[in-house]
Amino acid sequence: MGACAEPVIRLTKPLGIAALFVVAVLVLAPVLALISRAESGGVSAAVWPAIRFTLLQASLSALISVALAVPLAKALARRAFFGRGLMVSLLGAPFLLPSIVAVLGLLAIWGRSGVFSDMLAVVGLGPLDIYGLEGVLLAHVFFNLPLATRMLLQGWQAVPSEHYRLAAQLDLAPRAKFALFDMPVLRGAAPSALLVIFMLCMSSFAVVLALGGGPKASTIELAIYQALRFEFDLASAAQLAIVQLVVGLSAAALAFHFGKATRFGGGLGAPFQNWDTRRGPKLLDGAVLVLAALFVGLPLLAILAKGLAGLGALPSGLWGAFTVSLGVAAASTLLALGLSLVLARLIETSRRGGAIELFTLLLLATSPFVIGTGLFIIINPFASPFALALPITALVNAALALPLMLRIIRPALSRVRQDYGRLAEGLGLSGWARFRLLTFPQIRPELGFATGLAAALSMGDLGVITLFAPPDVQTLPLLMYRLMGSYQMEAAAGVGLVLVASSFGLFYLFDKGGRGAGA
Amino acid sequence: MKKFLFAAALSLPFGSVAAETLTVYTYDSFVTDWGPGPQIKAAFEAECDCTLQFVSAGDGAALLARLRLEGARTEADVALGLDNSLVEQARDIGIFAPLAAAPEGLALPVAWEDDTFVPYDWGYLAFVYDNTKLSDVPDSFEALAASDLRIVIQDPRSSTPGLGLVLWVKAAYGEEAGAIWQGLSDNIVTVTKGWSGAYGMFLEGEADMVLSYTTSPAYHLIAEDDATKSAAQFSEGHYMQVEVAAKLVSSDQQALADEFLAFITTDAFQTVIPETNWMYPATGAAVPEGFSGMINPAPVSGALTISDANRKAAVEEWVRALSQ
Repeated sequence: MGACAEPVIRLTKPLGIAALFVVAVLVLAPVLALISRAESGGVSAAVWPAIRFTLLQASLSALISVALAVPLAKALARRAFFGRGLMVSLLGAPFLLPSIVAVLGLLAIWGRSGVFSDMLAVVGLGPLDIYGLEGVLLAHVFFNLPLATRMLLQGWQAVPSEHYRLAAQLDLAPRAKFALFDMPVLRGAAPSALLVIFMLCMSSFAVVLALGGGPKASTIELAIYQALRFEFDLASAAQLAIVQLVVGLSAAALAFHFGKATRFGGGLGAPFQNWDTRRGPKLLDGAVLVLAALFVGLPLLAILAKGLAGLGALPSGLWGAFTVSLGVAAASTLLALGLSLVLARLIETSRRGGAIELFTLLLLATSPFVIGTGLFIIINPFASPFALALPITALVNAALALPLMLRIIRPALSRVRQDYGRLAEGLGLSGWARFRLLTFPQIRPELGFATGLAAALSMGDLGVITLFAPPDVQTLPLLMYRLMGSYQMEAAAGVGLVLVASSFGLFYLFDKGGRGAGA
Repeated sequence: MKKFLFAAALSLPFGSVAAETLTVYTYDSFVTDWGPGPQIKAAFEAECDCTLQFVSAGDGAALLARLRLEGARTEADVALGLDNSLVEQARDIGIFAPLAAAPEGLALPVAWEDDTFVPYDWGYLAFVYDNTKLSDVPDSFEALAASDLRIVIQDPRSSTPGLGLVLWVKAAYGEEAGAIWQGLSDNIVTVTKGWSGAYGMFLEGEADMVLSYTTSPAYHLIAEDDATKSAAQFSEGHYMQVEVAAKLVSSDQQALADEFLAFITTDAFQTVIPETNWMYPATGAAVPEGFSGMINPAPVSGALTISDANRKAAVEEWVRALSQ
């Protein structure tokens, strides 16, 4: 292995720069392509309410998700119980649901004829009406509370268990422990989680429409969709895309300003033990865990029940769609993993690391419609978009997963460098050997989680395939939407279940693999 | 794996190497197992000695946007699935060629004369409800607005039936359309991105009525043996959606495209429509038994098609009325 160490070092930097170039192309080229083809048009003042509502719902969604994730992540971090591993894994599930599946699942619980409304009816109270801002927030928290929890949980798990033992020996007051452990963990992880969720909610649109109750709840993303599809007003789509990028950039700059990673130092890797034996916190943690399990679990159960009923009506194209989806997911996951590792390394070693990371995060603020249409305009003069449909879909899916992966992997890489960097250099450990012996085992949980997310996201994303799909080629999400369009709600629910199960299966495979048998 | 996928994608065959291939762009639900696509492909190929290839591109509006993006390089010979709300916009772009011959045997409720677009089916928009739960059915938009019924509709900025509803109210009430929408605002549970989201929510019991078609109950009756769905008949008349097909100027299969457009108004095409697309045939072709119980309203007065500027104005009025 020593022989290949040197070439690896020489290669990582150019590869990182190449990856950065790919990011730059994907962020900028589609917008430029739209502008180049724009004839007339442009945004009117009518777009202001949409911008306001986008900012409002995305900020609130992020704040509520992260605020609720704090007690949940803390409870998960300090309690050991039967099924904990499964619960941590299941937290990945809502994030992977196609929006329409999630909406119908949520309505089965919270809707006007959902479980809670039925229960209220027994005591003579009217049905719940969640439509409006509250419905949008409910759905976004359902999607993102689990993601925020996982991101915060990683922060807490970076605190070596020896620290807690020492704190117990010194009999530190809860307030001191909060200041020493919890506060620094939150300072490191919360801004990152807030930022990612803000950006994800900013480009949400089908969910906002379905639960928003009317045109008062319009987002920039809807305006982009309308401009590209109904009006064919490329100028206004490009302008709106730039608004999204500016908002995204400001949010990212804000998060970078407030975020501050804390070094807890390395531990011996002993398993966590809870030294706090008081009953009050234990009961509280229990209540938090049960409530969270219900909040996340009930809609998932509703989706499962509906899907099982539809399994009898599965359509003929299912197997083909499954294979295509899996192939695209595999390709885009490999790509995203490679890109994120070389980019993380570039960010770690470059003096302009912060700026590079900020720029990469802009991928989260780009509209999939703009990327799809932009790439289509660029490719169409040279090649048939059909022929490139699958590679393009894989590339775009990889690009959309990239910022999320970076936010998870990059802090882990910093931690390893800070904790073990000097030791490794003293031992002359470098290149591939260093990655294999030191970095990989240390960042394995984060790598597994991030890769799982990338794979599952690619599997479940409707993405740009709609624009490029050649005849006879469809992915699972595409098949599901097509079925819903021809009254086949039951078959669509069945396909939805297959889709969710395979997305979750992929996520579980990587996530569990990363956490190892013990975690 | 990546390399393999790339190679596989590059070698994707565009039909087999049959004599000639006619490429028809259409919307998603047309090409599913349950849609008209498979039967129509088989029927046309039996008489044309060619390969008919359907490419699905979202819905009608997405289809038009796709053709505009592709420009002269498009592989499409025929576009099938635009509707009357898009026809004027489509004509203005100048990518569609005039028909070789006027379509034969059209039998729409209103006269259709157009030298470019052939209608292949039509339907009336209507509010659909569950007749086991709803007895006091409104018979106009005013009655609906005065009731406390809950409806779910589609967004005119992202959905063709949603746009149709806005044009329906506009055609029926003109200057008063904004006031009607304000009256309806407390009846609207929510506005979805597309038809399937709204219909799915209605079936889950989220609303008393959903914007759909007068023929929707026929689907439940024929395919599911379920007679619980009905459509409400409105005294203002109903908005008519006419779905059309046309030939691309840039097509290198002009003769074959003409042949297909003529095939559209034959029984071989038309008899497939009712039970796959759940719309009425554009000709006098027979409809199945289950369709006879459907309501048979009058079309709302006014022109079938609409200019781009008027369409935009109507949608903006809708947004304003519901944002107050």
